[in-house]
Amino acid sequence: MDVTHIANLARIELTDDEISRFDAQLSQVLEYAEKLKELDVSGIEPTAHAYPIFDVVREDIAHDENFSAAEALSNAPAQAQNQFKVPKVMD
Amino acid sequence: MPTITELRASYQSGDLSPSDAIRTLADTIESTDREIQAYISYDTDAALAEAAKADLSLPLGGVPVAIKDVINVKGQPCTCGSKFLDGKYTAPYDAGVIKKLRAAGAIPYGRANMDEFAMGSSTENSAIQTTRNPWDTSRIPGGSSGGSAAVIAANEAIAALGSDTGGSIRQPAALCGCVGLKPTYGRVSRYGLVAFASSLDQIGPMTQTVEDAALLLQAISGHDAHDSTCVKEAVPDFNSFVGQDIKGIKIGLPKEYFAEGLDPEVKSTVEAAITQLESLGAEPVEISLPHTEYAIATYYIIATAEASTNLARFDAVRYGHRSENAANLIDQYRRSREEGFGEEVKRRIILGTYVLSSGYYDAYYLQAQKVRTLIRKDFTEAFEKVDLIASPVTPTPAFKIGEKSDDPMAMYLADIYTISANLAGICGISVPCGFTRTDDGKQLPVGLQLLGKPFAEGDLIKAGHAYEKSTDWQKTAS
Repeated sequence: MDVTHIANLARIELTDDEISRFDAQLSQVLEYAEKLKELDVSGIEPTAHAYPIFDVVREDIAHDENFSAAEALSNAPAQAQNQFKVPKVMD
Repeated sequence: MPTITELRASYQSGDLSPSDAIRTLADTIESTDREIQAYISYDTDAALAEAAKADLSLPLGGVPVAIKDVINVKGQPCTCGSKFLDGKYTAPYDAGVIKKLRAAGAIPYGRANMDEFAMGSSTENSAIQTTRNPWDTSRIPGGSSGGSAAVIAANEAIAALGSDTGGSIRQPAALCGCVGLKPTYGRVSRYGLVAFASSLDQIGPMTQTVEDAALLLQAISGHDAHDSTCVKEAVPDFNSFVGQDIKGIKIGLPKEYFAEGLDPEVKSTVEAAITQLESLGAEPVEISLPHTEYAIATYYIIATAEASTNLARFDAVRYGHRSENAANLIDQYRRSREEGFGEEVKRRIILGTYVLSSGYYDAYYLQAQKVRTLIRKDFTEAFEKVDLIASPVTPTPAFKIGEKSDDPMAMYLADIYTISANLAGICGISVPCGFTRTDDGKQLPVGLQLLGKPFAEGDLIKAGHAYEKSTDWQKTAS
């Protein structure tokens, strides 16, 4: 497994030590998972949920629990002008 | 501590008030939790304020319930056992189960420790503190709901809520000697439960008795418009199953669950429990769940895949830890997540990202989803022959703190008897069924697992209660 590449996809800045440790540990897990390939699953439908689940739709109107902008921002590490603040994305 | 039923009786007779109960708990927590380390936080003043206006006519009126620190309670912290959220997040809303608990009159009191984001089987992955098993403080309480189980065993709670993705209610309940019930997938709302693996997670009760589990399950079950996976299935009167006869019910014994790897003392304890069920009129039937050997691999692919997407929400934008050393937005994601997440969480995100990544999706994730179909089918076929399935919960009693910390694979393999129920979406309960003895003479609890058909939690309560009533294993550590 190319742990550095995967860590980049997962947006985690792993240390070199973590990269080598995870490489060894996860190789062991993946080797164990190889056993799934023993099974003939042709014609078997994949299961995403244990029970059939359907989209639930409703009218696009606010319900009674109005969640204010102030409440939504209450845990924000940084905010400005009633919005979440992040580092500059474009120059 | 009194059970929910006993506490309610004391309230009715006027012997005790909800404020008395909260104060007694607070005193016990003060004296006990320094050693057990099962609570991440607790707000006695808030609980006393609620106790003062408790409506005792409600089914759980004035009953304090400890909450696993992964379920949002408005105005309280919710750390998920993670540095990412510790001291940096206060829940701005009540989870679906908390709204239902409040409607039933209960008081959420105390935030129970857990493996970080519910990833683990020992609570050692908590970034906040290490919880000790009250029966032997050199050992783990199980996990991931280890705090919820330990507070009951240590008399620091009347009852608790946990969450179960691969055994996280049943396994710590077994290792701490309390009752833990994982409802059928869809029975209980997941709204406000910080998601680990959305197709597997389910909140459930952890209690001193089966009757209490029925009461708590009653309160939290039922549809919630905020969770589209929470079904509209009718909720029966679970308490009506308490005291019912189990004569003639067929109990399946999966031969794969009594095979190699099972500790001989745990095996003989569980077998004695099955003999006891037989003496109560149950009919044991040997069955096979042929895909059992594939369950762990299937689980660790599906659960980590779902976790890797669910934990993408921890982006340091809306809540939680934000690195102070970031040069730009991408760098901020990368550094905040590196600094905020613990080792097991990072390991699982990496594995989950890998099995979903281009070129590996079919070989791992899709294959696992297909094997999941076969595992479900094993149970569907078994339940055509039997009403319930009985087995051990864990292959061994509680192990020593640190014993498996550096060997994730060894830790994963111990989940063998519990994870299939999550993959199949069925319900299960762990009921105390005896003890093993350590070399230094300490007693360690053993659990009996009963698995039921979808939405047949009533059968678990019926058989679990019949068994419990006929034995004397129900006790706490101190």
